[in-house]
Amino acid sequence: MAMQLIEVVIGGVILGGLYALVAIGFNLQYGMARIVNLAYGEFLMGAAFAAFWTFTLLAVSPILSLALSVPVTFAANWLVYRYLMAPLVRRARDREQLEGETILATFGLLFVLRGAATLAFSANNRYYDYLGAPVRILGFTYAANRVLAFALACAFGVAVWLILTRTRFGAALRALAIDPVGARLVGIDVRGMSALAFAGGGALVAAAGTLVSTFLSFNPAIGIEFTMKALVVVIMGGVGKMMGSLVAGLLLGVAESLCSFYLDSGLTLAVAYALFLVVLILRPRGLFGTR
Amino acid sequence: MRARTAATAIAGPPLVLLVAILACLPWLLSDYELSLALHLLSYLTLTVAWAMFSGTTRLVSLATSAFFGVGMYTVAMLVKLMPLEAIFAVAAGIGAVLALVVGIVTLRISGMFFVIFGFGLSEMMRQLMVWWEINKTFTMGRYVRVNFDNTMIYEHLLGLCVLAFAAGFLLRRSRLGIAALVIGEDETVARQVGIDVPFVKLAIFVLSCVLMTLVGAVMAPRFGFINPNIAFNPLISFQVVIMALLGGLKRLWGPILGVLPLIALSETLEVEFPFWYSILLGLVFMAIVYFLPRGAVGLIDDAWERLGRPMELPRGYTGWLRDAGAGVARAWAWLSRPRTLPGGFTGPIEGWAKRQWRRLVPEER
Repeated sequence: MAMQLIEVVIGGVILGGLYALVAIGFNLQYGMARIVNLAYGEFLMGAAFAAFWTFTLLAVSPILSLALSVPVTFAANWLVYRYLMAPLVRRARDREQLEGETILATFGLLFVLRGAATLAFSANNRYYDYLGAPVRILGFTYAANRVLAFALACAFGVAVWLILTRTRFGAALRALAIDPVGARLVGIDVRGMSALAFAGGGALVAAAGTLVSTFLSFNPAIGIEFTMKALVVVIMGGVGKMMGSLVAGLLLGVAESLCSFYLDSGLTLAVAYALFLVVLILRPRGLFGTR
Repeated sequence: MRARTAATAIAGPPLVLLVAILACLPWLLSDYELSLALHLLSYLTLTVAWAMFSGTTRLVSLATSAFFGVGMYTVAMLVKLMPLEAIFAVAAGIGAVLALVVGIVTLRISGMFFVIFGFGLSEMMRQLMVWWEINKTFTMGRYVRVNFDNTMIYEHLLGLCVLAFAAGFLLRRSRLGIAALVIGEDETVARQVGIDVPFVKLAIFVLSCVLMTLVGAVMAPRFGFINPNIAFNPLISFQVVIMALLGGLKRLWGPILGVLPLIALSETLEVEFPFWYSILLGLVFMAIVYFLPRGAVGLIDDAWERLGRPMELPRGYTGWLRDAGAGVARAWAWLSRPRTLPGGFTGPIEGWAKRQWRRLVPEER
């Protein structure tokens, strides 16, 4: 029984690593660029489909398709910020109004992207078999694709962490997260940096989408669930706090994994919500929130 | 006060007449037109209910379909056990409890949490219902077969719609509604002037959600077959937000201006381009957010204001004469202004002497 529990928890951590990656990307968009992007998950769905088509049609490894989908999504998100979000940023009086307007605008974008994907790819569930072989870790067996996804998610997470803490660019981004007005006063190009942070978040979610597609079946409606989970994790961990997103993401993964073992795998969103509520009631500013 | 009662007295009888005419419509319309009217009325009521909360407090609620679905599913589950009217009461109760729970947890903390929670609420309800159906009742979807035809649905919806408008009307004139407006303008100010912010938000939220739940319950017999994917369809939340925004939130009747064109549009789109529906609707929505932030009501208000503004009267040929006269007068004034005379070469010396004198004999203050 105890062994089983450990197995489930490790499985949860592996899943949680991916959630953390999705949430860190969202945190770049929400915590740094100050845009609540409800269409976030749609880019994950897009990358998953890109991996699916390159794998089934061209027999290219999904890991290689990262080289395509990450830069493309980066560029697409940069354009979204530059041409769709920037006008809203310019006309917003305060942060609350900006949040309200971006929620509405990206809500529209969500339906456009999802509709386009349904039109192009049909609403069917897709699945492909890549590295389904079992691997043994600490005496437990897991699917190789999940472990690979976890490893790559860690790699991306570490890369983001290094950029944020070790470079001037990262320092500017962190300044942006703390105080956009102050950042501007010390000579940081707020709009340009925000666009890059937004695009970077998009690139991360594209990576996550490719990784997700290796072990989950997906369809054009999958995006909203990941957006939800990213939102929940970011709020739980504290807006703008990368470490918070990491911890909360792992927590969510473990909770979900426990739920699908003891209850049912169809209740994952309910678990995310329950966790969200508990954290909100205990710590309304998030696990790592300070203010 | 008096002006208000006078306006109510003038507008009252025609409105009652309008409702009476609308109530007779099922016997005048064809089946297709009646189903269109149902579609229209259900969205109108949802939108008015939505605007009641989100229009005043400015908190975007994306949870419409969750409550609509709860109403629908309550009917689907209880239809064999109880008379329909009793089920409506149960549905309203469930909707109120759900709204209370959601509101108590999220509205007290921050607007952002409320939006996020609402965004996922309908998806979570859908998952829960799917799980329940598969594991507990071993069905996927239910038939609602009940003696409740389109005419009855129409009359019930009309009643709900009138109720929603009346509630909105009274709310706008009550302390509660005005408190909500203050909260929407500035929450800090609202708290400072002694408004119990969480209570006001919660009360209006519950009211609006109960109305939405009832619309779902009344519409259930219309659908006939219901499964979680039909009941908790996120497109409903989306359409209601679009309609409310297109109409504009400032006025009570704003939703009418939003619902009519968008129902017409969606009817055409669904027939002409069924696959493009979601994309086109999304584009329309974005266009509204970007180009019509205040909705159709904003346009009308602007036009009205332009009409009411004092007009520039035409000046005729005497206008030019007056301008010329004013020019001459200005030139004359310039010529006759007081002038400092040039000081010459003794000027600086004089100035120096004056400064020295001032130093010795300070000017009296």
